[in-house]
Amino acid sequence: MDAHAHAAPQGFIRKYIFSLDHKVIGLQYFFLALTAVFVGMFLSLLMRIHLIWPTASLPFFGEIKPETYLSLLTMHGTIMVFFVLTTAPQGGFGNYFLPIQIGAPDMAFPVLNMLSFWTTFLGFIVLLAAFFVSGGAPLHGWTGYAPLSALQSAGPGEGLGADLWIASIAIFCIGALMGALNFITTTLDMRAKGMTMMRMPLTVWAWFITAILGLLAFGVLLSAGILLLMDRNLGTSFFVPLVTVNGQLTGHKGGSPLLWQHLFWFFGHPEVYIAILPAMGLCSQLLSVFSRKPIFGYKAMVYAMLSIGFLGFMVWGHHMFMSGMSPYTAFAFSIMTMGIGVPSAIKTFNWLGTLWRGRIRFTVPMLFAIGFVSLFVTGGISGPFLAQPVLDIYLHETYFVIAHFHLIMGVASIFGIFAATYYWFPKMFGRMMNDTLGKLHFWLTFVGAYAIFMPMHYYGMAAGLRRYSQSTEVAYIQSLLPLQRFITFAAFITIASQLLFVINLFWSLWKGKQASDNPWEATTLEWITATPPPHDNFAGQTPVVHNGPYEYSVPGAPRDFVMQSDAPVTAAH
Amino acid sequence: MGLVLMIVIWLITLVSTYFFIAKTWWLPVAASAAAAGIDHHFATSFVLMGTVFVAAQLALGVLVWKYRAGASSEKVDYSHGNPTLEIVWTVLTAVLFVGMNLMSSSIWASERFRPAEANAVHVEVTGMQFAWYFRYPGPDGKFGVTKPELEDASAGGEAALGLDPKDPASKDDVVSGVMVVPVNREVEVILRAHDVIHSFFVPAMRFKQDAVPGLAIHMHFTPIQTGDFEIACAELCGLGHYKMHGILRVVTQQDFDKWLADREAEKQ
Repeated sequence: MDAHAHAAPQGFIRKYIFSLDHKVIGLQYFFLALTAVFVGMFLSLLMRIHLIWPTASLPFFGEIKPETYLSLLTMHGTIMVFFVLTTAPQGGFGNYFLPIQIGAPDMAFPVLNMLSFWTTFLGFIVLLAAFFVSGGAPLHGWTGYAPLSALQSAGPGEGLGADLWIASIAIFCIGALMGALNFITTTLDMRAKGMTMMRMPLTVWAWFITAILGLLAFGVLLSAGILLLMDRNLGTSFFVPLVTVNGQLTGHKGGSPLLWQHLFWFFGHPEVYIAILPAMGLCSQLLSVFSRKPIFGYKAMVYAMLSIGFLGFMVWGHHMFMSGMSPYTAFAFSIMTMGIGVPSAIKTFNWLGTLWRGRIRFTVPMLFAIGFVSLFVTGGISGPFLAQPVLDIYLHETYFVIAHFHLIMGVASIFGIFAATYYWFPKMFGRMMNDTLGKLHFWLTFVGAYAIFMPMHYYGMAAGLRRYSQSTEVAYIQSLLPLQRFITFAAFITIASQLLFVINLFWSLWKGKQASDNPWEATTLEWITATPPPHDNFAGQTPVVHNGPYEYSVPGAPRDFVMQSDAPVTAAH
Repeated sequence: MGLVLMIVIWLITLVSTYFFIAKTWWLPVAASAAAAGIDHHFATSFVLMGTVFVAAQLALGVLVWKYRAGASSEKVDYSHGNPTLEIVWTVLTAVLFVGMNLMSSSIWASERFRPAEANAVHVEVTGMQFAWYFRYPGPDGKFGVTKPELEDASAGGEAALGLDPKDPASKDDVVSGVMVVPVNREVEVILRAHDVIHSFFVPAMRFKQDAVPGLAIHMHFTPIQTGDFEIACAELCGLGHYKMHGILRVVTQQDFDKWLADREAEKQ
């Protein structure tokens, strides 16, 4: 028996709380992310209200002062990036489905897996605690640029709140590193017989590459966070030169504010791909499943994801064109960044190629996957503007940037999370989600996301700046207020329609229609096992893989799909 | 469902594109020498990227409508892709993206690779929570020494910068809360920050650069139009970030000389 095998636990605590089962851990990550996304969304709602009604008194926070607004945006960004976009696709669905899709009984290191979840959970609690300490949550933004983030005297929230914020990120990094190790080892060592690398579903490829990115990126952020904590509390000056705040010397000298930016973005840019790669993998998969057609260019998709991951580590400087970094390096970073557009474009072409001459079934997960493609194109197309230093001179720190990264890293990834939820819910819980509610949720969210983020491009083109708690001080920004109003109203409707998702989720848990083992007629290994899967995933019968992951509409086959574990395909084509 | 999806995707695409073409919200007046080139490259990029955007969205719409289940009896095409097509579109996008980049690189080089011209007006721009101060070296052409321990932020002006009165070079330095520069002459800004990072952004000049504590960053631009232009802080610097703004006043050379002389006279 392999070392990772473990008996099914009986007690409630070992079964559901400190579980070693990757499926339970996956669900724990999923529900953590679900909680986090509602906290993060609530914060954005408060920000949107404050932007157009600056004097309104709001729940929990009362009257919003400029520093309160900044702490809202800091916490919104941090919660969304770390505890939603990193947690749900990778920790949640990756944990649950990676072992099953490769035919393994569990992750390679179940105890490490449990520790990685509880570490992440602790990180979330520490982050939320920042709201409740004296001075409140930090105001330095999710990017935490030093010296603002390094000096207690730089503003409210830069006391204990900022220490908790850094500690939370450091804790999160530790959890993410443990998870990444586990994902990589599991993918390399635990594939079932016949599951060659080139037969792995694209979801598995995506989680695997994401884990490699995580392993290389989170260690750097962890180190940077520790250095920042030392600057704040032990009198070091890694990131702080000789500065005065309000005319008072701070005692620091010799540090480099740019060093923080380099370390942060060395993590921060791969992080974008950590958020989006799992969605790319999943949507590739869904387009194939619901077009009843093999994925267009499987190998090209794999190579594209690998090159995105590789190039993703060489483009961090494009966040720093205006930072005072050498203008010559800006040129190099710009070329590399434009280069990363190439594999992204390949993926888009292949998604369209998959739809072409298929037979499309408009299920709810498919609608979200199609929505993902549309949003990925829209969010991607603004990238080449920002990647060129000449245009970034004007666009840097405007809402154009907000529009760009929200569409591609936020909304597109969240469409991936929604698609994954609707698609795998039947396997995870044995019941189908409600179709009508799901479709309504899709339409409102799809149109709503565009209504929120498309106008932000216009706001940015008119030089409207981000992280401004009020538009009243600068005349040209004040003239853009009607756009802000439209965006806030669009956000009201879009946020309200997310309740449909929650209602559907919890209603279906108990009242949903019973699901069969393979309701979508899909080919990958999670659909050959029982619903929900047993403790060791395949009830002792480890599958043997004979086919690629996307054998749909094979000529001469009895059904329009051939499972990966079916007899080998010998299609004449 | 396929038809509705196509119509919705097309509508979103057309409405979004309309506002870019109509320029309902757009860049402000182009008041610097470099602005025309930058704006031209903006226009080029919008045409190229806009075409890709519209084409991809329209194609997505057509595909989901045309290949919906039940639309036709046509068999699904059992195909794993087409390597030739993959190579074609890889090369096309590479050419498009790298080409676009190369088109703009000469503007970047002239903005950032070369130092300011010899006859440029020197202005030291200092950001601190939450104000901008502008210092001119005066007739001696030299900036006086500033010392952090002499700073008195509440006093404003020279005291806020910590100007050392003992240094002879500081005697004729002029510190202003408004940035006044002559038209059609290059301005060399020397960007500094006292406390945290700020960013000096003048939309009408298409000019932006972070002011970083510990660094003195030299940059240049040439105003070609007189008038008052807004300066805004473009890097989060604390609770007053949203109100850290200022005015760039571009005047004729004569008016500039007179303004500077008046400030000198006030000082003596």
